[in-house]
Amino acid sequence: MGSIGVLLVTPVLPYLEQELDKRYKLFRAWDYPETAQLLAQHATSIQAVVGNSGAGADAEMIEALPKLEIVSCFSVGVDKVDLEKCREKGIRVTNTPHVLTDDVADLAIGLMLTLLRRICECDRFVRSGKWKHGDYKLTTKFSGKTVGILGLGRIGQAIAKRAEGFNCSICYYSRTEKRNSKYKYYPSVVELASNCDVLVVACPLTEETHHIINREVINALGPKGFLINIGRGKHVDEPELVSALVEGRLAGAGLDVFENEPVVPEELFGLENVVIVPHIGSGTLETRTAMADLVLGNLEAHFLGKPLLTPLF
Amino acid sequence: MAEMCSAIDLDYNETGSKNKYFDSLTVPLSTSSMATGDQHNHKDNKEQLRPLLVFGPPTIFPVFEAQNFHNYRFLKAFSSQVPLRQFLTEQKVDPSSIQAIFCNPVQKVSADVIRLLPSLRIIVTSSTGTDHIDLVECSRHGIQVVSTAGDHAGDVADMAVGLLLDVMWKISAADLHVRKWGPSMPLNLSFGSKVLLILLLVQSMGALYIASFGFVFQLKGKRVGIVGLGKIGTAVAKRLEAFDCRIMYNSRNEKPFVSYPFYSNVVELAGNSDVLVLCCSLNEQTRHIINREVMLGLGKDGVIINVGRGALIDEKELVRCLMEAEIWGAGLDVFENEPKVPNELFALDNVVLSPHASSFTSDSFTESCKRSAEALEVFFSSNISSTPLLDD
Repeated sequence: MGSIGVLLVTPVLPYLEQELDKRYKLFRAWDYPETAQLLAQHATSIQAVVGNSGAGADAEMIEALPKLEIVSCFSVGVDKVDLEKCREKGIRVTNTPHVLTDDVADLAIGLMLTLLRRICECDRFVRSGKWKHGDYKLTTKFSGKTVGILGLGRIGQAIAKRAEGFNCSICYYSRTEKRNSKYKYYPSVVELASNCDVLVVACPLTEETHHIINREVINALGPKGFLINIGRGKHVDEPELVSALVEGRLAGAGLDVFENEPVVPEELFGLENVVIVPHIGSGTLETRTAMADLVLGNLEAHFLGKPLLTPLF
Repeated sequence: MAEMCSAIDLDYNETGSKNKYFDSLTVPLSTSSMATGDQHNHKDNKEQLRPLLVFGPPTIFPVFEAQNFHNYRFLKAFSSQVPLRQFLTEQKVDPSSIQAIFCNPVQKVSADVIRLLPSLRIIVTSSTGTDHIDLVECSRHGIQVVSTAGDHAGDVADMAVGLLLDVMWKISAADLHVRKWGPSMPLNLSFGSKVLLILLLVQSMGALYIASFGFVFQLKGKRVGIVGLGKIGTAVAKRLEAFDCRIMYNSRNEKPFVSYPFYSNVVELAGNSDVLVLCCSLNEQTRHIINREVMLGLGKDGVIINVGRGALIDEKELVRCLMEAEIWGAGLDVFENEPKVPNELFALDNVVLSPHASSFTSDSFTESCKRSAEALEVFFSSNISSTPLLDD
């Protein structure tokens, strides 16, 4: 298989890069100052593309790779892949579901706790020596709050399970109501936002869910409400979110993702009612390794003519 | 007993105005008093109000006072340097008119105090603990002791889990890192290098983070050893079970009806755990229960979370173990000499520090105020307390 060309569009876990290099003829997009140059030289050698949440394969790239057979994503989100184009051309697409569910759910709760209990601020408070001059102020209790989940898929359900350990009530919005679910369903995001204390975004990014958190939803969540985003930056109308936080129309936000990563709106840096982390949602070693193995496993299965492990189609 | 008290620096002033704790609390009038208005004396004349002797004072007292000033004449014994008898004389208060005390662990309600007040029938403490009250003397005189703490165990358990997640995911470190590093693209790079850097960064925000901080260890399947399986330890266990952690514990005695594996000594518990969470009270047996032997037993991948008391850990040894990477990280809400915190910890990003804030939520303070007001209302209107004797 050493002659099969694989294009790696973005730096990933070293283990994955090394394995791809061992097994295939690996092209690294960042070795070429211009994508055009890469394509001009090697387009006809490339049979597979490996991307992640930050970069995938858009229509232009797909068109430019006549031998492309499979796009294997080192992520569960595939919003950077032109799925329609892939379907049109019969190109397989795989992602990494399940393995990162627990990590992302853990981080979601981690963001909720550090946000409501101001743990990051407390940490800075102690390190700055301010504790010598007085105690930190009262924070917001997390246990018993109502958690609203936008998207009750694998990740949403894992978040619900954890939040229940804190005696939280769970409600959700989903495209369709889940008949077997014990949680309260709301038929619209605005209604969900009106009826919860902490709203967490846990759905895939599609055309329908782009800016699903808009001004109306933010206002419904209100000055005592908190937003947690472990989905995609583009789920949220970011300028609206920023102004709501600055003006106190929203109590706070815990964010792992942003509309234009790595750009984070500067206005957030001065706020104590936000927790900002740089897209680390699947960042445990165990999970990243398992994700890498899925990418490798899917590619191997494809080129051996076997059933794919985790295909989208 | 001094160690049992929260070392809180109160910014309290005599006018009862809100201190900085309560910025987020609104101060509504006590609704229960309005409902039973006929039974209460709303005259402004202080002498007509029921006297309430205040020791401590409870951290919630400023809000409590603001909400209940028309119900009670507050006798602020905590602010006086003189003995209680003299204080009451100065206030022109007959000791036998005192039926109720409102207190917290900061100031003892001793046998002497109790004997001075022949009409004392109820002591309301805003804490869960009662070590500051002479319970034997109370029992002798038929005095009810009532705890009106909010959901203390829940708040403390939330903090414990929050600290653990923060330590494991380096949330505080990452948050600080992004705020400093965020949009500060190197402005003096040539355009070409900037483009390349942007390309790199755009694709690999997470990769850069991992390069800076290393990988996170997964919580799923981790063995969590809880030291002290009381209300707080149980609340911690319940929360971490939902993360698929494996719970085990050490306690003075094995608890019947508890399915978690029990270890009779902490060294053994540490040897079989990935995470230790300290939830026990501080006494002679538990002082420095976490020593070097325990920390070495926990091991280089181990994490310690302390929401109990600072002196449960040999702090000097903890610092040494962290600096020498004998343990992986720590989340600490309490310290041996609060508010002093060992400087060496400030340089470490695998440590999360909190200023003894595990039960300081506005929700619990509001609840505690409400319960305190209700306990006293019920007592004074019926002269017996309906809130049962507190359980430990």
